[in-house]
Amino acid sequence: MPANRFNSFTEYGVGIGLRIPHYHHILSEKPVVDWFEIISENYMVDGGRPLQVLDQILEQYNVVQHGVSMYFGSASNPDPEHLKKLKRLVKRTKTPWLSDHLCWGSVDGRYTHDLLPMPYTWEAVKITADRIRNVQDFLEIPVVVENVSSYAEYHASEMTEWEFINEVVEKADCGILLDVNNIYVSSQNHNFDPFTYVNAVPADRIAQIHIAGHSKFEKYILDTHDHPVLEPVWQLYARTIERAGPTATLLEWDDNIPSFEEVHAEALKANQFLQAAAKPAVPQLTEVAR
Amino acid sequence: MSELLEIQRRVAAAVMHPLTRQETMPRRRSNGVSNTAEADALIKPNDRLTSFERLEIYNRQYWFRLYSSFEEDFPGLMAIVGRRKFDTLMRAYLTDFPSASFTLRNLGSHLEQWLTEHPEHIEPRKNLAMDMVRLEWAHIEVFDSAVEPLIDPDDLSELHDGSQLRLQPYLRFLELRYPVDDLIIEVRSEGGSSDGSSNNASISRKHRKVRHIASLAPEEIHLAVHRHENSVYYKRLHREEYRLLTTLSTGETISEAIDMAFAESAIPEEERAPFLQAAFQTWSSLGWFIR
Ligand SMILES: [Fe+2]
Repeated sequence: MPANRFNSFTEYGVGIGLRIPHYHHILSEKPVVDWFEIISENYMVDGGRPLQVLDQILEQYNVVQHGVSMYFGSASNPDPEHLKKLKRLVKRTKTPWLSDHLCWGSVDGRYTHDLLPMPYTWEAVKITADRIRNVQDFLEIPVVVENVSSYAEYHASEMTEWEFINEVVEKADCGILLDVNNIYVSSQNHNFDPFTYVNAVPADRIAQIHIAGHSKFEKYILDTHDHPVLEPVWQLYARTIERAGPTATLLEWDDNIPSFEEVHAEALKANQFLQAAAKPAVPQLTEVAR
Repeated sequence: MSELLEIQRRVAAAVMHPLTRQETMPRRRSNGVSNTAEADALIKPNDRLTSFERLEIYNRQYWFRLYSSFEEDFPGLMAIVGRRKFDTLMRAYLTDFPSASFTLRNLGSHLEQWLTEHPEHIEPRKNLAMDMVRLEWAHIEVFDSAVEPLIDPDDLSELHDGSQLRLQPYLRFLELRYPVDDLIIEVRSEGGSSDGSSNNASISRKHRKVRHIASLAPEEIHLAVHRHENSVYYKRLHREEYRLLTTLSTGETISEAIDMAFAESAIPEEERAPFLQAAFQTWSSLGWFIR
């Protein structure tokens, strides 16, 4: 049974990001994996190897699409051609939901290819929520938005990041991909308690969780996705599961990518938290009666 | 104007402005605008970083991401002009042509045109560098362009002089002055490849190993850049084959393409029929003809 109304994917388990260095291992060894998350943009092409590999993966695995260039928070309008290509891919993968970031990254047709932080203003809430609704209507599948890690805050902000995300998802009526590593990174960069953030987001809208490793520099923490998950991030993960119930979970590892087994083993550590959350507090009567 | 749009325009102007030679954010932009003043106006400082330093993280990240994508796309050009000149070229090109697409794959789409207008970046080996850029861009396009269903064998056998033949949309044909196909294979086998789009951050610039190419003798080369089992290959063509294929690809009939192919050919008349038969046989087996 779904843990909440936006989370129909309670049973999805623990996935990992599909990355090129692992293609060969996955296709030849066919390891058991709950699901793969793909970066949509890498497969929004007309033909060739990317689509061939994707089709082979789709034959055997559940695939969920994660985007990096929708820029829900960009003030200028999205490229309609981009949306059409995305929809074509959605039809191919039959992704049960689609995620992208609560950020901006393009303006006036120029793309930064970065996930830039939003000014947390009421105007931005409205623009972003409208965009999410439009994309969801066009794609005809549930859209969930992910919090990004950030290294800067704006003078213009009128609320906290968690107040902003709450306002946006309420107005857009969409789910959240809660990236607990991003929350941790931002909490260190902006001096707030990450548990305040985790406790503030509406638990019934958490449709997916991201976990990842980060890097600590002298004056700030960077979201590098090149390490195992660190202890404080696991703690935030545990708290999220406690609030939201078992939720589809994904480990992101994008740089210095180790072997498939190593990445997968790191991701599967999430299972101990998921199983604890799934365990009913009282023994079920049906079990006793049998 | 919306406040959000204004903030985004101002931040983008800072983030997309070229870095200094030391890969830092310049205090002042080339148009005179102060990045310090802009950062102070837009970004809050914290107990460890100034507004300027926080904005600079994004400025550096933007350029490192673009550098890394561009260097991965054009390692052959880098090998020809050398790292220092390549760096200058890359900054200038990406300043004139920042990404206008959701994917970094298209970053180099204006490079050939831009270099014809800015040949100073590739002197004194302009022709060699241009050939390499054309080949490297063709490689990118051939890698993920569409594939169409093959022509029916029955239709193929019924072709006559007045028929047209359609070619796979992924095919590219190049007429080159240097054997850059051999060169790029060497260069590529020395470098790695990455994973396309991702959503992680990176603070340092990754330097690719680059071997400077001392010299390469000119040689007229005709090349088909094509795909077999979804890998990109380079197939050398006779000049006659090149002319035949490029004429066919413009929609001319088979007989016009054959006339064009042999217009200045040294192949004796009696060898032309078997030559054509062998060529068509090969192209058809490679799946180049479509419905
Ligand atoms: Fe994430």
